[in-house]
Amino acid sequence: MSEWVDACSVDDIETEDVIRFDHGGKTYAIYRSPDDEWFCTDGLCSHEQVHLADGLVMDYVIECPKHNGQFDYRNGEAMRAPVCVNLGTYPAKAEDGRVLVQVA
Amino acid sequence: MPKRDYSLLGADARRAVEIGLATAEWYHTDVPRKEMKALMQRSDAQAIRDTELLFGAMILFVGLGIALWPSWWSAPFWLAYGVLYGSAMDSRWHECSHGTAFRTPWMNNVLYEIASFCMMRNSATWRWSHARHHTDTYIVGRDPEIAVMRPPVFFKLIGNFFGIFDAWTAMNRMLYSAFLGVHPEEKTFVPESEWPKVVRVARISTVIYLATIALALAMGSILPLMVIGLPRLYGAWHHVMTGLLQHGGLADNVTDHRLNSRTVYMNPVSRFIYWNMNYHVEHHMFPMVPYHALPKLHAAIRHDLPAPNRSIREGFAEMWPALVRQLKYDDYFIKRELPPTAKPYREDFHTAALGTAAE
Ligand code: FES
Repeated sequence: MSEWVDACSVDDIETEDVIRFDHGGKTYAIYRSPDDEWFCTDGLCSHEQVHLADGLVMDYVIECPKHNGQFDYRNGEAMRAPVCVNLGTYPAKAEDGRVLVQVA
Repeated sequence: MPKRDYSLLGADARRAVEIGLATAEWYHTDVPRKEMKALMQRSDAQAIRDTELLFGAMILFVGLGIALWPSWWSAPFWLAYGVLYGSAMDSRWHECSHGTAFRTPWMNNVLYEIASFCMMRNSATWRWSHARHHTDTYIVGRDPEIAVMRPPVFFKLIGNFFGIFDAWTAMNRMLYSAFLGVHPEEKTFVPESEWPKVVRVARISTVIYLATIALALAMGSILPLMVIGLPRLYGAWHHVMTGLLQHGGLADNVTDHRLNSRTVYMNPVSRFIYWNMNYHVEHHMFPMVPYHALPKLHAAIRHDLPAPNRSIREGFAEMWPALVRQLKYDDYFIKRELPPTAKPYREDFHTAALGTAAE
């Protein structure tokens, strides 16, 4: 199992929002849900490789800024055209005011 | 010999991919995340109110049209019903295809299906063609929704104010899909998993039109077709008028929406019919922003955009002569000036398009 990586402070992400996190040559998206839970997915949309962190978080859905494709960021499931391919997801948690993600 | 090959399977399509014009990185005005997040927020309330108003007005006008049929007194009501069916449904189709009209997904989907049917668009196909229009806006050979090709064909442009060529093409495509399957061009942008849906939608539409025609024959009257089908023709003019302004006469093969799209201030009635798509540069730059927030987005980024046209009339006065000029010079286009506060165009990106016939 890979290490937990310190991604950012919990204050860097508003409730019901997302930020971009680059690590090890890959880009990820880290989410803070409406109930202040933490999630992490691939950072680029599976349709045309756009950064999801520029999109809109609504409940547990991230909407891509380019063509409004939607994913459930808890499990990466593609929910709305034009996205068809699911996102990879990674464990995320908050500890001592920091957000940690377990990315490869 | 026209220089541009608009086929999605042709030489320009291949060239766009080779030189990196396809799926390129486009210019965006900087908007702070907090502000953008507020602009992107969805709600059901405004779209429900607008939809109730739209369908209420359609029922009222069509009811009066039927009641007064076949007298000429029914004509104004048919014209009003027609413009809501053949034009307002275009903007509803558009906004719901983005999923931004309502916050609740099923509401977007229901209105999207109804509007697609009214506009004679296959709801499964057009979702994908419109995604391509946003990826490759006015990139020749890539964008399947280029309304004015160069050189412009004026009899088609004018005929389409009455939906003539559009509806004919749409009917042919519907029958093709219903009986022969997905068209080869559509296979370039519709994923294979969606092909059965394309065929299913085409068959359902075909059945509805056949039933309407059968009813008209049984009644010995075109009245059923005045309600379903024909309004796509006699009510098309408004969506064609506003649609031409979106990109007409401006640059193609550039990756900055300020160069290839047009924002036009419009009267409130046209804005209701068009659902604020007159803020077209803004919509293309930030398709996540719902129609009701576009005036606010415009206010937030106008310092970085060319001055909008102040009316539909002014927009046409700028565009129409450019289209006429393109009859002779395919490469001619209007280069829109930016305000001094704007970030400049990336001329290095656009030399092929900007270096030719702009004035
Ligand atoms: S790039 Fe994300 S939906 Fe198209």
